[in-house]
Amino acid sequence: MSVERLFRAPATPAELLIRGAHMLDPRSGLDAPGDVLVRDGAIAEIGAPGALPVPDGADVIEGKGLHLFPAFFDPHVHLRTPGQEHKETLATGTASAAAGGYCGIVAMPNTAPTLDSAPLLGALREQAVRDARVPVGFMPAITRGLGGTDLTEMAELRDAGALGFTDDGRPVVAAGMLRRALQYQRLCGGVLALHEEDPSLSGHGVMHEGTVSARLGMEGIPSVSESTMVARDSALAAYEQGRVHFQHLSCVESVEALAAWKAAGAQVSGEASPHHLTLTDEAVLSLDSRFKMNPPLRTEADRQALIAGLRDGTIECIATDHAPHARHEKEVPFEEAPMGVTGLETAFPMLYTDLVLPGVLSLALVVERMTAGAALLDLPTPTIAVDQSANLVLLDLDASWEVGARGYASKSANSCFEGRTLRGVVRLTVAAGAVAHRAPAEVAA
Amino acid sequence: MTALDGSHRTEATRHLLSIDDLDRAGIERILDRAASFAEVAGREIKKVPALRGRTVVNLFYEASTRTSSSFELAAKRLSADVVSIRAATSSVTKGESLKDTVQTLTAYDPAAIVIRSPHAGAAQLVARWTDAAVVNAGDGKHEHPTQALLDVYTLRRRLGALDGKRIWIVGDVLHSRVARSDILAFARMGAEVTVSGPPTLIPRGIEALGCSVAPTLDRLEEADVVYVLRMQNERMNEAYVPSLREYATRYQVNAARLQPHQLLMHPGPVNRGVELSADAIDSPQALIAQQVEAGVVVRMAVLYELLAGTGTAPTLETAPEAVAAA
Repeated sequence: MSVERLFRAPATPAELLIRGAHMLDPRSGLDAPGDVLVRDGAIAEIGAPGALPVPDGADVIEGKGLHLFPAFFDPHVHLRTPGQEHKETLATGTASAAAGGYCGIVAMPNTAPTLDSAPLLGALREQAVRDARVPVGFMPAITRGLGGTDLTEMAELRDAGALGFTDDGRPVVAAGMLRRALQYQRLCGGVLALHEEDPSLSGHGVMHEGTVSARLGMEGIPSVSESTMVARDSALAAYEQGRVHFQHLSCVESVEALAAWKAAGAQVSGEASPHHLTLTDEAVLSLDSRFKMNPPLRTEADRQALIAGLRDGTIECIATDHAPHARHEKEVPFEEAPMGVTGLETAFPMLYTDLVLPGVLSLALVVERMTAGAALLDLPTPTIAVDQSANLVLLDLDASWEVGARGYASKSANSCFEGRTLRGVVRLTVAAGAVAHRAPAEVAA
Repeated sequence: MTALDGSHRTEATRHLLSIDDLDRAGIERILDRAASFAEVAGREIKKVPALRGRTVVNLFYEASTRTSSSFELAAKRLSADVVSIRAATSSVTKGESLKDTVQTLTAYDPAAIVIRSPHAGAAQLVARWTDAAVVNAGDGKHEHPTQALLDVYTLRRRLGALDGKRIWIVGDVLHSRVARSDILAFARMGAEVTVSGPPTLIPRGIEALGCSVAPTLDRLEEADVVYVLRMQNERMNEAYVPSLREYATRYQVNAARLQPHQLLMHPGPVNRGVELSADAIDSPQALIAQQVEAGVVVRMAVLYELLAGTGTAPTLETAPEAVAAA
């Protein structure tokens, strides 16, 4: 029995001819200009520029000078539904994803109430089928109410469409609890995605522990609060022959632990977030709560380790940890502000501007890592190939835009990149065969 | 590390949010002005008309005796209208946000808002939301710049200059905004600063502020000035130290540890018998009472500097004469 695990509102299958865009699909080696014909939502033909005739009824999109990638996939976003719809809804969160070039996102369960039962998952599925502009998957909690003491009904949740499980926002503090979840994973499958943090080390920390926290007098979250848990849980996964995915890695020590356990044969994977790849804790000197998230921004050495880990494949994918908060919630002193930043609309342009343009990472590698999250969750990888469902993003890499100047598709505005001028404008997003986003004409001009 | 040297600050003179807002000359200018106000303080009528008709709001979200009373007195001696708001008796207890409170107060068109908050960066936020000059009267464990200024003032009066002086700051540096502002201010005035205390109470990376770290008081005799921090009882409950008794054994500054040539300071309030012994507090080397005394004139100088120190406002030299005329 095949269980559906991604959900979205009914949409008209696309009939499109994208002409002359530079196609780049790192996995297939496709790296050339060409025409792509989408019929009934699937890629029907790929040809040399100008080679494909314009079919009747197709929307022709001039792609000359633009880039066409497989659309991005984000295994880690917060859609705040149910319970905190003033921050984000399925409609606004998926609109934000579409605007950022994503064809699929995965919602975390730290909602109110916690997504920890099949009936609640059923209700969210229904809502997604009504409101989601791009396909959404759900990861229910590992423990009931994120309480860390009682396992959720994992098998039933899997049958109801759970992609995997996570207590994101919190660690699974007790090793014995995680071991039980790993044992249950053998029964029902589904990756366990882990937010790694030892609360006895992170305490009430609000930022990275280091020279900047010493200067600001704010309680620090030491790197070892994350890395010791990455090492512990890798050991547990290896022992139980289970599979775990480490969310939003932030420090040198975690990348080293992940690499060591991979070398030892453990089934472990990792993700990094655009903000950890481009910013350091020096941003917190501004005392601006837009730079507050968990895990925190760390040092330049940590940032470099994440980049190196992404480059050598220790870190498989980029995830935004899109975490919307209302303006009034963030407009408070740093220590009081909630953790989290938005990220869906800025992820690619930020990485392109700060890492690809200066030559730190190749464009192909960034595209590969921004699409790799799907496979980690046993979902098909977005690809530019004939007979595949169309999951495409068309970008103008020469165009610039100022973050926040035109507002956001997200309901929240807590971007740590607000005010930055970034290169890379998403012109068109096709998700699961339907047009999910098309840039307004004045942006496309 | 360049960003810790204050280069990230932009609004240099409009507010006093951090010691980083002041270079050495700026500190000296304020302290010279404070010295001239000290002369006023010795007169029978202690008021200066410098801020007549202007409003100073004191917004205190934390308990405070010295800081709040000295700011109030400083503003009154400059003839300002003063509104003092304490969180416990204001709309804050009804859940009003800092932003809403500040915007409400801004409607009264205050010339300055003095803010004390349990949270780092609160003063920066207030400065973003108001046209008034903002004075940080202590934000979380971040900074307490007017305390540092009055400490430098007290030392300058005693020593002339701080250049080359060795100043030891002893105790709970981790939880101390006074320590952070003092390290910056003392170093800016040319002193060599050492912090000492149990490793659990010395923040990792504190050297980046321009001080060195000594884990014990073994070399305390090197110090010209011993600046002792308050040791709060709750630190023991939070397992930072095993017991106050053991803490006192290793880190209490007392007559046995204090050398005759050393000056002793403390920001108050003192825990007698914990961080300081009674004999040390009452010794002639102690400048604790002078620090309190300096609080009013230094805060007068800060308000004067921010509100009347430039442009067509009365100059420092004319200010005391204005009193004589009045």
